[in-house]
Amino acid sequence: MTDDYRGYRAEALDVLRQYAARVWSDVEVRTESGTFTGIVLPRSETADARHIVLKLRSGYNVGVAAASVRGIVVHGRKEAHYKIPEKDFPFDPRKPRVKLLGTGGTIASRLDYRTGAVIPAFSPGELYGSVPELADICNLETEKLYGVFSENMGPEQWIGTARAIGREIEKGVQGIVIGHGTDTMHHTAAILSFMVQNSPVPIVMVGSQRSSDRPSSDAALNLMHSVKTAAESDIAEIMVCMFGPTSDVYGLLHRGTRVRKMHSSYRSTFRTIGDIPLAMVSREKITPLRQDYRRRRKDRRVVINTAFEEKVAIVYYYPNMKPDIIDSLIDNHYRGIVIAGTGLGHVNKPLYPSLKRARENNIAVYMTVQTLWGYVQMYVYDTGRDMMELGVVPGANMLPEVAYVKLGWALGQTDDLQKVREIMMTPIAGEITEREPSNGYLIFQGGIPEVEEFISRYRR
Amino acid sequence: MAIKPFSEMTGSDYAALGFRSGLEIHQQLLTAKKLFCRCPAGRYSDVFDAEILRHMRPTLSELGEYDGTALMEFKTRKEIIYRIHRDTVCTYEMDDTPPFELNGDALDIALGIGMLYGCSMVDEIHIARKQYLDGSIPTGFQRTTIVGVDGSIPYKDRRVSIVQLGLEEDACREVSDAGHRRIYLTDRLGMPLIETVTAPEMRTPEEVAEVAEILRRLVRSTGNVRTGGGAARQDVNVSITEGTRIEIKGVPRIPDIPLLTYNEAMRQHNLLRLRDELARRGVTRETFSCKHDPVTKNLRKTRFQPIRNAIAEGAVVQCVLLRGFHGLLRWQTQTDTFFSREISDRVRVVACLTTLPNIIHSDSPSETLSSPEWQSLRKTMGATDDDTLVAVWGTPQDAVTGAMEVEIRAREATTGIPSETRQALRDGTNGFERILPGPNRMYPDTDLPPLPITRQRLERLKATIPTPYWERERRYREMGVPRDLIVRLSTSPFAGLFDKATTEWHMRPTLAAVILIHLPLRIRTQIRQATEFTQATMQEILLAVRDGALAKEGILPVLLRVAGGAPFSRDSLPPPCSAEELRSVREECASRIAAIRLHHPDRATAVLMGEVMRRVRGRIDGGKVAQGIGLPAREARP
Repeated sequence: MTDDYRGYRAEALDVLRQYAARVWSDVEVRTESGTFTGIVLPRSETADARHIVLKLRSGYNVGVAAASVRGIVVHGRKEAHYKIPEKDFPFDPRKPRVKLLGTGGTIASRLDYRTGAVIPAFSPGELYGSVPELADICNLETEKLYGVFSENMGPEQWIGTARAIGREIEKGVQGIVIGHGTDTMHHTAAILSFMVQNSPVPIVMVGSQRSSDRPSSDAALNLMHSVKTAAESDIAEIMVCMFGPTSDVYGLLHRGTRVRKMHSSYRSTFRTIGDIPLAMVSREKITPLRQDYRRRRKDRRVVINTAFEEKVAIVYYYPNMKPDIIDSLIDNHYRGIVIAGTGLGHVNKPLYPSLKRARENNIAVYMTVQTLWGYVQMYVYDTGRDMMELGVVPGANMLPEVAYVKLGWALGQTDDLQKVREIMMTPIAGEITEREPSNGYLIFQGGIPEVEEFISRYRR
Repeated sequence: MAIKPFSEMTGSDYAALGFRSGLEIHQQLLTAKKLFCRCPAGRYSDVFDAEILRHMRPTLSELGEYDGTALMEFKTRKEIIYRIHRDTVCTYEMDDTPPFELNGDALDIALGIGMLYGCSMVDEIHIARKQYLDGSIPTGFQRTTIVGVDGSIPYKDRRVSIVQLGLEEDACREVSDAGHRRIYLTDRLGMPLIETVTAPEMRTPEEVAEVAEILRRLVRSTGNVRTGGGAARQDVNVSITEGTRIEIKGVPRIPDIPLLTYNEAMRQHNLLRLRDELARRGVTRETFSCKHDPVTKNLRKTRFQPIRNAIAEGAVVQCVLLRGFHGLLRWQTQTDTFFSREISDRVRVVACLTTLPNIIHSDSPSETLSSPEWQSLRKTMGATDDDTLVAVWGTPQDAVTGAMEVEIRAREATTGIPSETRQALRDGTNGFERILPGPNRMYPDTDLPPLPITRQRLERLKATIPTPYWERERRYREMGVPRDLIVRLSTSPFAGLFDKATTEWHMRPTLAAVILIHLPLRIRTQIRQATEFTQATMQEILLAVRDGALAKEGILPVLLRVAGGAPFSRDSLPPPCSAEELRSVREECASRIAAIRLHHPDRATAVLMGEVMRRVRGRIDGGKVAQGIGLPAREARP
C-alpha cells in the first residue's frame, strides 16, 4: 500500500484505486444513499476497512461505505499541512535563560492522521507561535530529547534526561523545564530526584491533561507556570508543576518524590501525598507554602548519578495472591521487589515461603503501602514481624513508585544488600519524611455539609 | 435609494434586492440523558453549588489554519465562569473527563428525522469538534456530527433543500457578560440536539418563517423532540445581491423572523450604499486612512460624565481619526439604527467595553463633549471638516484594542459587509455577536472512534417514522376530527396512539382526539406544574374508556388526578354502574324528589337527571342515564 491511499486497505482501498481517488482528492462520491462531495481524508489504521472518509465542504467528516459506492469523480486535490505557525523566539538579554527539554506527551501535540490520535510536536518556534506569553518570562531554548508517550519512558530515557540536565546546568542555564506525558511523570520526577542531586537551579516537570489542540487545554498555562518557576523561583529541586484546582487559576509545585497522578483525566490530577506542596504558582507570582526547600545557588556543582538496575518490580498485593507471582520474579532473576502491601504493609501467609526464597536468592524486598498515605509499620501485627524475619524491609512512607525507582537506582550502585538498605532508608530528596503533618492527608469528602459549604464559599 | 418600510415591502421588492435566506434550526431531542455523558437531560436550575474558571485559546484546525472567530475571541481575553450544580453536570461537561459513548437514543431520533427529510444517510459517523471560543462550551468546542445530507421538504409548489442534518451537544446558558467576565449556567450543556440546515432558498421574510414553522412541526410530529421555551432555536442566514451571508443567531420565536430578516436585508442594502458613498468620496480599501492616539490629556476636565468618571477611575481615552468619514457614523443601517452602532458593537464585544455608551463620535457632537473639547481633539488629531473622530475609553489595553477595532470596522465599510454572526434583538434589529466562523474551526474528535450506521439500524428506524404531518392533517379532516384539534393532533406525540385508538380499538375520532389533545391542554392551563402524560397512561385511559370502565364524565377528573402526580390504574376506578344499580338509584332519587315541592315542577326531569348523575358520575355515560330518564341523549364533550 502506498502513501497515496494512506490508511486504506481491503475493500475501501480497492474502490479508491478503481476510481484513482487518492487521499486529498477533491471528489464527488455517488453511493446507494446519495451523493457526497468533499476531500478524501487518510483513514486511521485502527478503523475498519469498509469505509472511506470524506471531509465535506462544511468541514464535517463523514464515512461512506465502500460497498455502496457507485462512482467517484475526482475534481482536484487539496492537501492539508498541519503546522503551528513557527516564529523565532525573541531574545532579551535582561531575561533569564531557561532550557525546555522535551520528552513527549501532550504538552505540545498535533493530530496524527495515521492513528486518528494526537501525537507530540515540539519546537521553540512552534511553542512561541502558540504560547507567545513565554517570551515575557525568559529566553527559551528547547531541545527534543525524545518523542514518546509517558508510558514509554524508561531507564534509557531517565538516564538520558538526567545527563542532559547535567549538561545544561554546566552550560549555565537559570532553570530547566521538562515536558513530559502525565501518566508516568511522577515516576520520572522521582528517579530524576535521585539521579540529579544538589542542583543549583529549579528543574520543573510539566505536562498537560488536555492536549494543546483544544481551546480549553491546560498546556499553555502549565507551560507559563513552569517556565516562570524555572526562570524566577529560588526552589532548586526537581518539581512537578501542574494545575492546583481544575480552574485556570494557579498551579502547584510538588516535590518530585512526593507527587502522584491521582485522577485519570482531571486537570488537577497531581497531588502531593502525605505532605503539602512546595509552592503555588500563578502567572503573577510564586508563593512558597513551606521553607524547607533547597535554594537556588550561583555555582554549577550538580551531581549526576545515573546508576540503574532494571531487574526491579512492583508487586501490588491483593487477597488470595499466589506465591508463584513472587516465584516467577525470582526465577526471572529479578534483583529487587517493592511490595505495595495492604494497610500498614501486609501480605498473606502463603507468600512467606516465596519471600524466604527471595531472601536466599539475595533479592532486595521492600514494603510500601497501597493506601499511599501513611507509613509502613510492621511491628503492630505479628504478620509484619514475621515478614521482617523473612527479610522484607519496611520502606517508611515512600510511595510505591518512588521506592521502585529508588531501589533500581540503589541496586545499580551496589550488590551489597546492606549498602542498598542504607541508600534506601536514607532520605535523599524528601522521599521519606520524618513526620506526616496533619494537613498532609486531606481528601475532602463531598456531601458533608461543611465541605459543601467550603466549596460554595471558595468558588473556583 | 432607501428601502421601503417593512409593511410596504412586496415579493418583487425582495426579488429586486436579491433577498436569499436559509435556516439552521436547533432542536433539542427528548432523551432521558445527555449526549456524551449520563447526566439527566432537561433539568434546569438557576441555583449552583460551585464555580469553575477557564480561559480559551485558539488552536489550529485540522487543515492547519487558525479560524478568524477564534482569533477574535482570543483578542477579547475573557474570564469564563461556569456555575455548576452537581445534579445536572458531571466532570464530562467540565472537560475533566473524556466523552462516554454517544447516546444511542439520541442517534436513533436524529437518524429517524434524517430519513423523514429524505436525506442521504451517512454510513459511518465521525464526531467533529466545532470550536466555540466564547466559552459557551467548557471544552472550547462542540462535539457534533453529520448524520445525513441532501434532504428536502415540500413547500408551496416546490421543495426546500435540507443541506445537512447534524447531531450535537447543546451549549451553556449565558447569565451575564460584563467587562472581561462572562458567566454561564451549565445545566443545559451537553443535551442532545439536532441542527437542520436548509439551503438559502427562501425569497421573502414570510417564506423563512413559514418554512421554519413546517420544520418545527415536522420534527415535533415524531414525538421525540423537546418542546417549551428554548427547546428550539433558529439561526437565520440572510444575504442580498452583492451582500454577504450573515447569520442571525438564536431567534427564539418564529413570528420574529420576518422583521429580523427584513432589517438584515435593509442593513446590507444600506451598508452597500455606504460603501458606494465612501467610494464617491474617494475612500476605498486602498486609500482608507486612519490613526489613533491617546487624548486623555485633552479631556481631563470634560463634563461628559461617562468619560469624566472613567478618567477618574484611571481609564485612558483613545481617539480615532477616520479620514473622509464626515457624517457617515450617522448613516442609517437598520430601523432607527446607525453605522455608529456597528462600531460600538464591535468595541463592546472585542475590547470588552460593555458599559454603554462605549464610543462617542464627532458626527453626533451634541450631548457629549463641548465644542471646545471637540476642537481640541480635532487639533490634536489633525482632523479636517471631511473627517470623523471617534473616542473610546477604558483601561490602557482595552482602549487601544477598542481604537484598533474602530479602525478595523471602518475599513470594512469600504468593502461592504463583513461576515459576521449577529444576535437577534427584541426590537427586530440585530447586533454584532462575532465574526462568522468558517470551516476552519472544524477538527476531528480524537476522543471517539468513527461509528458505523448499519442498514439494519436504519431499517428498524424507518418503521417508526411517522407519516408527514400534512398528510395526517388531511386524513383527520376526512375523519371529522374537530377542526381546532387537527393541527395539534397532527404533530402530537400521541398521534400514533390516536391512530391505534381509531383503527384498532374503533373509538370515535372526536372522543379520542378530545382525550389525547383537548383535555391535557385544558389541564395545563389550570395546573401550572402538571405531571407529563405518558404514552402508557394515555393508552390505559383510552382502553378503559373503550371498555366502558371509565365513563366520559369520569375522564377529566382522572386526568386531573394524573396531572397532579397520581398514578393511573383501572383497578383504582370505581366499578362501572350496572343497569340494575342505575335503575335503583333512579327510583330512589325519583321518590325523594317526589316528596319535595319543587319551585318549577316542569323541571322535575332535569332535577332528577342532576341528582342521578351526582350519584353515578364517572361510572356510566351520561347518555345512558338520560335515556333511562327519558331525556334525549346529548352528544357532549365530557
